[in-house]
Amino acid sequence: MTKPLYVARSRRIAARKLGEEMLVMSAHGSTLFTLNPTAAILWQAADGATPLEEIVESKICSEYEVSPEEALRDAESLAQDLAKHGILLISEKPIAESSARNEGRL
Amino acid sequence: MPELATQVETYSAAIAIGGFTVRLNTTDADFFEVLQARYAGFVSNEPSAAFELDIDLCPPECATSNPDVRVTFRSGNWIMQRGDFRAEWSPAAGRGRIRQTATAYSTDSMLRIVHTLLLAKSGGFLMHAASVIRNRKAFLFAGESGAGKTTISSLAPADATLLTDEISYVRNLDDRYLAFGTPFIGDLGQAGENASAPVAALYLLAKGLSNSIEPVGAAEAGRAVLANMLFFAEDAEMVRLVFQAACEFVDRVPVLRLTFVPDARVWELIR
Repeated sequence: MTKPLYVARSRRIAARKLGEEMLVMSAHGSTLFTLNPTAAILWQAADGATPLEEIVESKICSEYEVSPEEALRDAESLAQDLAKHGILLISEKPIAESSARNEGRL
Repeated sequence: MPELATQVETYSAAIAIGGFTVRLNTTDADFFEVLQARYAGFVSNEPSAAFELDIDLCPPECATSNPDVRVTFRSGNWIMQRGDFRAEWSPAAGRGRIRQTATAYSTDSMLRIVHTLLLAKSGGFLMHAASVIRNRKAFLFAGESGAGKTTISSLAPADATLLTDEISYVRNLDDRYLAFGTPFIGDLGQAGENASAPVAALYLLAKGLSNSIEPVGAAEAGRAVLANMLFFAEDAEMVRLVFQAACEFVDRVPVLRLTFVPDARVWELIR
């Protein structure tokens, strides 16, 4: 059995839903990202306390016709991608709010 | 007894842009004349200025060709540097100093940075856009280089007031957005008028075969505003402020796509 993954929104970003799209701006390099609907669901639910698997089941599988295994695989890949850009944190342990706030301050 | 010190005369010009007055001080009489000519129309007679900048001139050898601007916040001071200048500015004290060669180009760049920092706190911003007042309303025209900012400015009718063909100055005051004229010159080679008016719309420019105005979705509008904003600071808090300012602007001001044929008829659509 694999360890659960936890995801949290980085505090070094600014984000806002405009129309149907979620815009996220990273403080690092002022890079702007537009999240697609699935990424936006994942990003909004990333509270650091809910395992990614649970987020996928409750928020993504309920919205889209996709198997939990496939959805989780996609979500993990997406989370890694967002983490690479510094707008999401990933950990095998729950992520405290202070960690998200203090991570890599400019 | 010989004189041990020489009194150096300081020349001072208060430059008022967007309602913020920045006093520029120099001991070089020739450069003072350059500044007065450069900012004619924006020189204020007010004796007090909220912000003061001392200009130290250095010989041409002190400049490098590095075109990258760096703006960082350290120990309560903003540090602004590019190959041709280095400036420090304390927002708390309202004072700063710039070391540069004797060209208004460096002063101009530093002033743009200072104004972006001043504006960010109150939801305002500078934007790569032309702006024009017509019928007491300000219209902004944004687009990348070659999109037509200078063209549309040069086609403006006689009843229009050009605020800028290069850098629009937007303030959020009393729950409304106002556009102000700036002395920042674009390809038109003409400083804007020192005037202001409430912003009625932001047009995203595109050249085409006919004139038309179309709505733009909120997310696209937000991306366009952010893409055209002038922003230099490598600072998380400033990034947040700028992002919020762009989103609020999009919430409250119509953002439209203006496709136009480069002739004066396009102004029939803009009133």
